[in-house]
Amino acid sequence: MSLGNNLDTLYRQVIMDHYKNPRNRGELEGDTLKVNMNNPTCGDRIQLQMRVEDNKIADAKFNGEGCSISLSSASMMTQSVKGLPVEDALRMSALFSDMMLGKEIDPAGLDLGDIEALQGVTKFPARIKCATLAWKAMEQGLHEEEQA
Amino acid sequence: MNVQDVRRQFPILDQDVNGQPLVYLDSAATSQKPKQVIEALEDYYNRYNSNVHRGVHTLGSMATDGYEGAREKVRKFIGASSMEEIVFLRGTTTAINLVAGSYGRANVGPGDEIVITPMEHHSNIIPWQQLAKATGATLTYIPLQPDGSLDLEDVRNAITEKAKIVSVMQVSNVLGTINPIKEIAEIAHENGAVMVVDGAQSVPHMKVDVQDLDADFFAFSGHKMCGPTGIGVLYGKKHLLNAMEPIEFGGEMIDFVGLQDSTWKDLPWKFEGGTPIIAGAIGLGAAIDFLEEIGLDNIEAHEKRLAQYAMEKLSKIDGVTVYGPGPNDRAGIVTFNADDVHPHDLATVLDSDGVAVRAGHHCAQPLMKWLEVTATARASFYLYNTEEDVDKFVDSLHKAKEYFGDVFG
Repeated sequence: MSLGNNLDTLYRQVIMDHYKNPRNRGELEGDTLKVNMNNPTCGDRIQLQMRVEDNKIADAKFNGEGCSISLSSASMMTQSVKGLPVEDALRMSALFSDMMLGKEIDPAGLDLGDIEALQGVTKFPARIKCATLAWKAMEQGLHEEEQA
Repeated sequence: MNVQDVRRQFPILDQDVNGQPLVYLDSAATSQKPKQVIEALEDYYNRYNSNVHRGVHTLGSMATDGYEGAREKVRKFIGASSMEEIVFLRGTTTAINLVAGSYGRANVGPGDEIVITPMEHHSNIIPWQQLAKATGATLTYIPLQPDGSLDLEDVRNAITEKAKIVSVMQVSNVLGTINPIKEIAEIAHENGAVMVVDGAQSVPHMKVDVQDLDADFFAFSGHKMCGPTGIGVLYGKKHLLNAMEPIEFGGEMIDFVGLQDSTWKDLPWKFEGGTPIIAGAIGLGAAIDFLEEIGLDNIEAHEKRLAQYAMEKLSKIDGVTVYGPGPNDRAGIVTFNADDVHPHDLATVLDSDGVAVRAGHHCAQPLMKWLEVTATARASFYLYNTEEDVDKFVDSLHKAKEYFGDVFG
């Protein structure tokens, strides 16, 4: 079923697939980096857990509640950053922010994979914060790790 | 009341949004403004903009007359006995903060209780949390019935002689519950507490008489009742306001200023420090004229019909949960969730059809927790809404449900 042109650019099939079958949803065992973040204007909340080893994100999982955009974005984000060096994960997050601002982006060697499907969100300014929630949690977690 | 005539007074309603005629169902967040209000603001700025209470010049007198004239309109509108009891402030939030920050700080101490309900808007929770923390008092809650209403037996149990302040909303911005303020005030008074009422969702939609309710303080906002943003009202009984200290100090609110000490103006001006909200008050006055001409009883009956109609239609949709009391016991607010569709997604789909609803926690996180949800969608009605608006809203909801239902199917 189609919702009409404009909405179909938002609710792309790959997004709905991540929403329906989120990757990396759950709890990481053992000692992990945990970040709780919520979107105070709408009530979405996410708990991101990451295990950072040798300056790499060895594993990442998330739990939380939210709309299709925030949960699919969390699913895609964890999928993409798993195994990446911290530096690359942060670079990817900056790329994602630029993408949300509607800027031209140059992935320069980073594989954005499914994430590009979220490009349609830029046409729905009210939903950009949904898409960026998990990414902000990741950034905050990695910055806390750096400072620790 | 002819809705089509009413709609013609609201220029904003006559437009397409995302290629569809606008269906505005978010009046509980803020109402639209009739041209009478817009013109009153324009007239003030075009013809007699000036500061009040000081100029000897003609425009100053006109502005003062406009500002104080609006106060008299508010007084009559809510049935207060004197204009001294009507304080113009920024809105309901500021009004409740004034009561908590002035009356509360002076009259509440360790071991005392402040009693509210879990359905309150954050603006009627946080000022009391802060007051409790600062004074060593305890903030307690009257429990809710399963349908989100208050039972007077629970009210009697919750309000004891330890209570110094009871603060309850007259109409819930989420559930549409209409609370029995008069009865609660009586119980509060029997126990020696003052009754504070958050009237943000009642004053725009129904006839309110603060003396009949026997409210000690009553707060509401102009922008939810066809008036401009940035203007609100605190009503307080004269003897209480008289005994209260201002919490904002500066120009306009003083009587005599010395090098070390100053004295305050009389009521209500001692609470209106700084250049007051002149245009806002004049706009609010115009909004009151507009609402009174249509009649609050007509408005209330119209919204109730719309809420009943909406609830009837929603009840026929599988997987839709409507929160709050039954259709006969609520104001024009319908908050709901649909299985499979998160409220944000729902609001986005509705918006693409020109239908504006609110999605989120509605500034009532404790109530969301009580409902065991993180977010809900809300359609709220006002005098300019029609059954056709409800039909379009429900059609669009069907579309969203089918789409997301397919995804999870």
